[in-house]
Amino acid sequence: MTENGQSVGRGRQRPTSASILFIMIDVVIFFFLLGLFARLVGSDLRLPEALYETLSIYLLLAIGIKGGIELSQQPLLALVPEVAGVLVLSFLIPIVLYPVLRMLRFNWADSASIGAHFGSVSVVTFAVVTAALIRADITYEQHAPLWVAVMEAPGLIAGVMLARLGSQGQQPTDTMSGSSGGSAWGSLLHDVVFGKSVLLLLGGIVIGAVAGVDGTAPIKALFIDPFKGVLALFLLELGLVAGARLAEVKRFGWQVVVIGVVVPLLLALLGTLLGLLLDLSVGGVAIMATLAASASYIAAPTAMRIAVPQANAGLSITISLGIVFPFNVVIGIPIYIWLAQRVAG
Amino acid sequence: MRLEKYARSLLVIIAEGTLERRLVQDVQRLGAHGYTVTDVRGGGHSGVREGAWEADRTIRMEVVCDEGVADQIGEYVLNQYAKNYGVTIFFAPVQVLRPNKF
Repeated sequence: MTENGQSVGRGRQRPTSASILFIMIDVVIFFFLLGLFARLVGSDLRLPEALYETLSIYLLLAIGIKGGIELSQQPLLALVPEVAGVLVLSFLIPIVLYPVLRMLRFNWADSASIGAHFGSVSVVTFAVVTAALIRADITYEQHAPLWVAVMEAPGLIAGVMLARLGSQGQQPTDTMSGSSGGSAWGSLLHDVVFGKSVLLLLGGIVIGAVAGVDGTAPIKALFIDPFKGVLALFLLELGLVAGARLAEVKRFGWQVVVIGVVVPLLLALLGTLLGLLLDLSVGGVAIMATLAASASYIAAPTAMRIAVPQANAGLSITISLGIVFPFNVVIGIPIYIWLAQRVAG
Repeated sequence: MRLEKYARSLLVIIAEGTLERRLVQDVQRLGAHGYTVTDVRGGGHSGVREGAWEADRTIRMEVVCDEGVADQIGEYVLNQYAKNYGVTIFFAPVQVLRPNKF
């Protein structure tokens, strides 16, 4: 497998214990840790918001294009089971988590919102796992960005449905109940499907698929080659933001840490199972586990803020960005890859 | 020669960025002829909002309008959003040169 990821299909890797350490110290992770460190020591380092926006647009498009190029070379019908599988998985995650969170004494709005964050996915976590797989020379399905695009929305929709059910008997002040419910659903669907994340990911996939390898050759120098450098810069920024959320952990108590660490591990098992069920490659199983374990911190907070305003936004974001994201990129991903190597291949 | 000026109200709404689209619709529906939105950051009852990424954006919306319209918008925003969102609303008297514009 080359750095640009031209190979496909099932592959064998080097399942040595040294590879775990090798994966763990992927250079992009250092940038994240640097950002985290800068924040914790109170540095004045701050990336301009315009740069953050630019980097995130770049990453979404680049990930989409890379997946699309691969998609142009295979029969689309064969992907139907995968698409259906990830769709069901991300829809089920909030539903599975809701009763557990309720038992942990979170109110209905927060339980639905936290579940929606886990049901949706983190694109940057996906980028980090693929970087780790490439570095460890483990092949994976190159059309995996399609899974990411499909998994953005269903979890959010399930979260809003749970909130709506949970709010029955409460005062109908939220936007998803009462007479305006229909239009509010339309607005949520519009925001999710045409929101930046899904639009750019799917847009990139379509561009890559239509243009193919030859058609995208002229833009390769911008969208394919510098990808990892841009990812590193973006992780520096995310380190800064996550560092700010870490400081909030104390405010919410121990449950938040437990949820942020235990839930990703359990969801990763679900993702691993789905990966095995779909007969994916070792890398594919690791990606599926990572996607299941990841929590959204872009699409979900925005969508939940509008759809479930009663939920404490700080709580969900502290879990997804302050705990789940750092846990996954630093500790979780090496574990998920290790697990995939043991059970698949 | 003194310029002729007309009294109007300046309504300022500082709110979470996710509310921007709805606030724009609301102020127009309630009679404002225009509005100005800027990205801001700050802190208060809702904690510190740094505007470092999408979900953390805060906006400042300024509307110059009749006092009655300003009151109506202020009341609506207060009832509709203040319970669940970080919202700050304040009013100030201002003078304008072209009253038809506002």
